[in-house]
Amino acid sequence: MQAMDFLTQYKNALFLIGVLLSLAIALAVQVRSPLDAAQPDGPSVRLIRMWAMTAVTPLERVTHAIGYSVGHGWSDYIALRHVRQQNKDLQQQLERMRIEEAAISEDALQGRRLQAMLGFREKYVGSTVAAQVIGASGSEQSHILTIDKGMRDGLRPDMPVITQDGVVGKLRDVFPSTAEVLEINDQSSGAGVILASIRIRAILSGTLTGRVQIDNLTADSRIKPGEQVLTSGGDQVYPRGLPVGVVESIAPDPDHQPYTAIRIRPAVDLDRVEEVLVITGMQPEMTPDAQHDLTTAAAQHAADLSAERLPGIYDEQTGGAAGASGATGTTGTTVTPAPAVTPHPLPAVHPDRFTSGSTPPADEMTPGGANSSASGQQPQPTQPGATK
Amino acid sequence: MVTRSYMSRREVEQQRFSIPVTVLVPVGAVLLQVLLPRVFAGLAILDLPFVVTLFFAISRRSPIAGTATGAAIGILQDVLTGQPIGVNGMAKAVIGYAGASLGSRIDVENTTTRTLLAFGFSLLQSVLLYLIERRLLGIRAYHMQWLHELLRAAANTALALPVCLLLDHARHQE
Repeated sequence: MQAMDFLTQYKNALFLIGVLLSLAIALAVQVRSPLDAAQPDGPSVRLIRMWAMTAVTPLERVTHAIGYSVGHGWSDYIALRHVRQQNKDLQQQLERMRIEEAAISEDALQGRRLQAMLGFREKYVGSTVAAQVIGASGSEQSHILTIDKGMRDGLRPDMPVITQDGVVGKLRDVFPSTAEVLEINDQSSGAGVILASIRIRAILSGTLTGRVQIDNLTADSRIKPGEQVLTSGGDQVYPRGLPVGVVESIAPDPDHQPYTAIRIRPAVDLDRVEEVLVITGMQPEMTPDAQHDLTTAAAQHAADLSAERLPGIYDEQTGGAAGASGATGTTGTTVTPAPAVTPHPLPAVHPDRFTSGSTPPADEMTPGGANSSASGQQPQPTQPGATK
Repeated sequence: MVTRSYMSRREVEQQRFSIPVTVLVPVGAVLLQVLLPRVFAGLAILDLPFVVTLFFAISRRSPIAGTATGAAIGILQDVLTGQPIGVNGMAKAVIGYAGASLGSRIDVENTTTRTLLAFGFSLLQSVLLYLIERRLLGIRAYHMQWLHELLRAAANTALALPVCLLLDHARHQE
């Protein structure tokens, strides 16, 4: 009887304690270690998540479709101002990048030869699946995206997810028609990286506040803000050389002395990812397209080197040697790599009245009159290195 | 002169919600919480499921119902956010219990009371999440950022007032 009274009197508190105990046990079961990297959740938890995702996905798809239609309706039909200028700028940028690519292709080929000599097994991106982001975790504690491709499209857990700007994260849970992407700024995320110029390897991880940082390096004066961070390939998840971000700041880590907290600004705007590529396959050789591009660039570079070694031929249109400016590629001019130039003589070091171009056109000359040479006004020759 | 609340004790105990409201509002809140940050990432600071948990708890004034509602909403939130199932479930179960216990003792129809409740319980939830993550799950990197949590509490309070006014219309008065 007393027991019944006790239960009646404290039924609310007992119910709360029961619920909390159940959930605590559930948590203890889930966070058991060691965790399988490919299956972060147990079978039962995964099943629950799959049911929930299956129920939510149609709504997310509809919401995404509406947002996509509205957003792209605006951007495709209304916000088209300055597109011509933008297109022109992009074409110029593309030309510059082709020149720069030609300049580095020789180094790339040399690197591949050295790797072959050392027996290094490089892996290249073999196949990708494009997907659209249809949902997010909606919490500051976790940074997870939902994409509209899943197991039926060949996706598997741990596959890397990228955009054209760099690394987004990797697949966490893969369901039949959707998948969850664990972003690199999630607190449970990690990746092997390398600092591009000083070649220091490190482990990158996400923080609770959604930032990305390296916290396993001691203070090093060579690490400076602006340093490029690339994937190292050592984690067996991300292929080597993908851009991750740049070093934003370096500060002592109060929690892990004597290590430093190197904050990274991600190359991808992780809050605004719309479309992603899932790397579904790696291969030891380059794809035929990439191989063709590299061969073309190498041939172009060889042509540029030959042009550099020929006697200087100056082009008024470009204001410099085609080969030379092509090799540097930093002047920002619209230089084409091997244009059909009209030969011109070299500019005189000390121009005088006999210098080419100093005589005015015949229709401007008068018999017995003074010309520009006589008046002492000599035209200035075009400077070889001048750019437009 | 003694001021009387416009709501009598009898009315207090008779507040009920229809089954569609009971089911759809929490589910809708969790879905919105998942979808809204896709539109604007800063909206992740809001916790719409928390607001709904608090509203149902203080409206029903039943600690058992408040605990069950909070636990269910929290578990659904955990499932969709990829967190270990139970983190939000435990925190929101406590919020539901405490909200319902307070709701049966004070007048929670008052805007000032609601403001204080929303702000205070939002901070309580932050503390609970900190304890769960740090002590129960052993995540040592989890730090309490008080300024951020105060901002979150203020944002949740600002959200709670119009949401509660809206949901007031969904009540069944018997």
